[in-house]
Amino acid sequence: MIRFENVSVTYDGAAEPAVQGIDFTVPEGELVLLVGPSGTGKSTVLGSVSGLVPHFTGGTLRGRVTVAGRDTRTHKPRELADVVGTVGQDPLSHFVTDTVEDELAYGMESLGLAPDVMRRRVEETLDLLGLNELRNRPIATLSGGQQQRVAIGSVLTTHPKVLVLDEPTSALDPAAAEEVLAVLQRLVHDLGTTVLMAEHRLERVIHYADRIALLPSPGARPVLGTPAEVMAVSPVYPPVVDLGRLAGWSPLPLTIRDARRRASDLRARLTDVVAPATDGHSPQGNAVPHTEPPHTKPEIPAPRRFLRRRPAHPAPEPSTPHLAADVSALAVQRGPVKALRHVDLTVAPGETVALMGRNGAGKSTLLSALVGLVPPAHGSVRVGGTVPHRAAPRELVRRVGLVPQEPRDLLYADTVAAECAAADQDAGAAEGSCRALVSELLPGVGDDTHPRDLSEGQRLALALAVVLTARPPLLLLDEPTRGLDYAAKARLVTVLRALAAEGHALVLATHDVELAAEIAHRVVVLAEGEVVADGLTAEVVVASPSFAPQVTKVLAPQPWLTVSQVREALSS
Amino acid sequence: MAPRPRRDRPAVTAPRPARGRPAVHPGAWWLWALGLGTAATRTTNPILLALLVATSAYVVAARRTSAPWSRSYAAFVKLGLAVLTIRLLFAVVLGSPIPGTHTVLTLPEVPLPHWAQGIRLGGRVTAEGLLFALYDGLKLATLLICVGAANALANPARLLKSLPGALYETGVAVVVALTFAPHLIADVQRLRAARRLRGRPDRGLRGLLQVGLPVLEGALERSVALAAAMDARGFGRTADVPPAVRRTTTALTLGGLLGICAGTYGLLTAEGGVYGLPLLLAGSAAALAGLRLGGRRSPRTRYRPDVWNARAWLVAGSGITTAALLVVSAAYDPAALRPGVVPLTAPALPLLPAAAVLLGLLPAFVTPAPEESV
Repeated sequence: MIRFENVSVTYDGAAEPAVQGIDFTVPEGELVLLVGPSGTGKSTVLGSVSGLVPHFTGGTLRGRVTVAGRDTRTHKPRELADVVGTVGQDPLSHFVTDTVEDELAYGMESLGLAPDVMRRRVEETLDLLGLNELRNRPIATLSGGQQQRVAIGSVLTTHPKVLVLDEPTSALDPAAAEEVLAVLQRLVHDLGTTVLMAEHRLERVIHYADRIALLPSPGARPVLGTPAEVMAVSPVYPPVVDLGRLAGWSPLPLTIRDARRRASDLRARLTDVVAPATDGHSPQGNAVPHTEPPHTKPEIPAPRRFLRRRPAHPAPEPSTPHLAADVSALAVQRGPVKALRHVDLTVAPGETVALMGRNGAGKSTLLSALVGLVPPAHGSVRVGGTVPHRAAPRELVRRVGLVPQEPRDLLYADTVAAECAAADQDAGAAEGSCRALVSELLPGVGDDTHPRDLSEGQRLALALAVVLTARPPLLLLDEPTRGLDYAAKARLVTVLRALAAEGHALVLATHDVELAAEIAHRVVVLAEGEVVADGLTAEVVVASPSFAPQVTKVLAPQPWLTVSQVREALSS
Repeated sequence: MAPRPRRDRPAVTAPRPARGRPAVHPGAWWLWALGLGTAATRTTNPILLALLVATSAYVVAARRTSAPWSRSYAAFVKLGLAVLTIRLLFAVVLGSPIPGTHTVLTLPEVPLPHWAQGIRLGGRVTAEGLLFALYDGLKLATLLICVGAANALANPARLLKSLPGALYETGVAVVVALTFAPHLIADVQRLRAARRLRGRPDRGLRGLLQVGLPVLEGALERSVALAAAMDARGFGRTADVPPAVRRTTTALTLGGLLGICAGTYGLLTAEGGVYGLPLLLAGSAAALAGLRLGGRRSPRTRYRPDVWNARAWLVAGSGITTAALLVVSAAYDPAALRPGVVPLTAPALPLLPAAAVLLGLLPAFVTPAPEESV
């Protein structure tokens, strides 16, 4: 269905081709996953299928790409629109109209389908994707998962033979991601749609793939094979594969189920070792300097009423100023929406708290309230003894720093050096302190690089350095692993652990259960603007099927969270 | 989505509009609102103008949906008030050509050099001048508010969808431009907020200027991404058209436009009264035919186009009738519709024109109430 014949793409002004030696065929009805570290040209390969590369992006494409027999050299993207459906990373930049129903019809209108056919297909697609309730809603009012489903639906209505998806789940919470992937699987199984998809979060998608095309490094030839074959050699792999490699299982398990069936001997070996993470310490074993009594028990099964009655945090006593953040009975109104209803949260210095919950649960709003971007409608927020929304910005940066979901928002200058100089000045720090942080977090980035030319992970590191220049005792991160590959994520985890060890309190809002398992001491689950669970990471994530990391699921009932824990336990 | 055997349905005439689709053709709302606006230009009677505003407000309150564009009415009311205020301020500061005897206050007059003769700064402010400015400003504000009503009741993007096929691509450009502005504003707000995270003041003009470049960069990127998405979804596909049709289209469109120009010129000049009107009509016909033929090049079809039904006739008709009645009344009874300001008189309520304005309330009763969507 899709055929790459010795394809290489060189962008204008680039010395090296972005990808080369791409030579494989995707047969009809297969789901092929394109994996590899960032910057190896996954998006370029995807773009060449829809013809956007090179017709839209420029550059030179050598070799030949044919889709359903059409050569992309002679067919422009618009002439491939009836066979290829493309969904990008950001659904919002994909929408042309403003309501769900019109968006679903847009592609068919362009192709000139008869009105009664359009009507029928819109209804069918609404049902297939479970969007019927939302058909008249303006797209701007939908949640991230709903928008992603509309984006997929809008390309499905033209009945494309091929679906090309670039990180379809990176912005979604675990449940919404499952929802989108279930739809894809149904398309492949029931309708014979061919799917080519790139995704960083392999743990979510790998078990749906028929085959995997691996781009191991920039400019390298792709490795094609079954998931198990490719995972044995891949530089990127999900935790379950990591565990399988550690335990020496062959063939490698790709799903929780496969791994569990093999894991009985591993569980037996691990029972002799002290079970981790139940002693009130961090997953990594470095003790948290608690300023208050040990944290609460897992609250997931507890009804909400019980939570309200619970004295959520100690009464104001002399120890309060030592808290990095203290939120009590916080409610926040955003336009007509009650973003937060009733939130109690305390964060001690040196503690890492992961905020989890579905898209739109109020995680970002809570972070915004902690940094004073939104005033509380009710209740109070105190950060290091000040009230954030009243504090002057210059004063506030020394107490709390936020790395927003889009780190680019923080960067204004056109070189890294200028950005650092500005950060030193903003924070009133000694000259060169930001540059020192950048060198530490981002070795090998030149002074005159434009922040826009950095990769997603590098830009995050630069924004983190800018925020850390003021040495805030409380550091907030909103979705820090969005778009990061496993290597970048591992570097981030090292940096964040070091910060926590230095006594910085960290609060991160994330959908990434593996990240939470790696670094969080505590997990707070939000739903509809309220805290529904607050407890030690091990206790909260183990109790929840959607928030449990893969290792936990494999080794249950033993409370292991990460591969590194298991590795340490086995080596000791 | 498995293909199902399908039988041709008999043409169904659905009396009830489908859920969530506009109950009335957006063009009808625009005709209604423009009718009220035209009526507003025919009078300066503050009571009639207030009645016009009240009529539009009632219909908007009764019939607008919860869609984002429905909130634009309030914005237009504010704009109208601003226009009124500015008009009054000008009358106070720059004086008014209306001769008046009732002095309200006297501002110190700024002496101007002789080349600025005819312009006055400061000086006597008369009640007559103020009242004239008030009437005049009120007229303009009412016109704006009527346009706001149309915006609130009909999605401007849907109106553009009713354009002929040949103009479709122009329509899309306008729609994209329309959605561009709200995105830009959202970006500015987000980036200004982000300045606070850098420890810089998030208010003030300087902050706005510093986020300017990143905002424009972001907007440009988004436009490019949107263009790519539209291309990949088949925007701009063309159908093969025989060369003869293509040439006929060009000839008809160009000839028609020339005819319209010449005809309009003829109508406006004194001598051309004879050939002006026929030329204009022939030109328009040729241009329309050209547009229609041009539409063949685009293979687009329309998904659930809005239908022009009896309700649409009633809505449009009520606006047009109001306008027509006020135009007629203005010709027959100019004193009632344009109350004098010299000497100062209290404006009276002319009954017939007032009844005509109240005709504009008809849409609030003949159209179905909007459903409460989530």
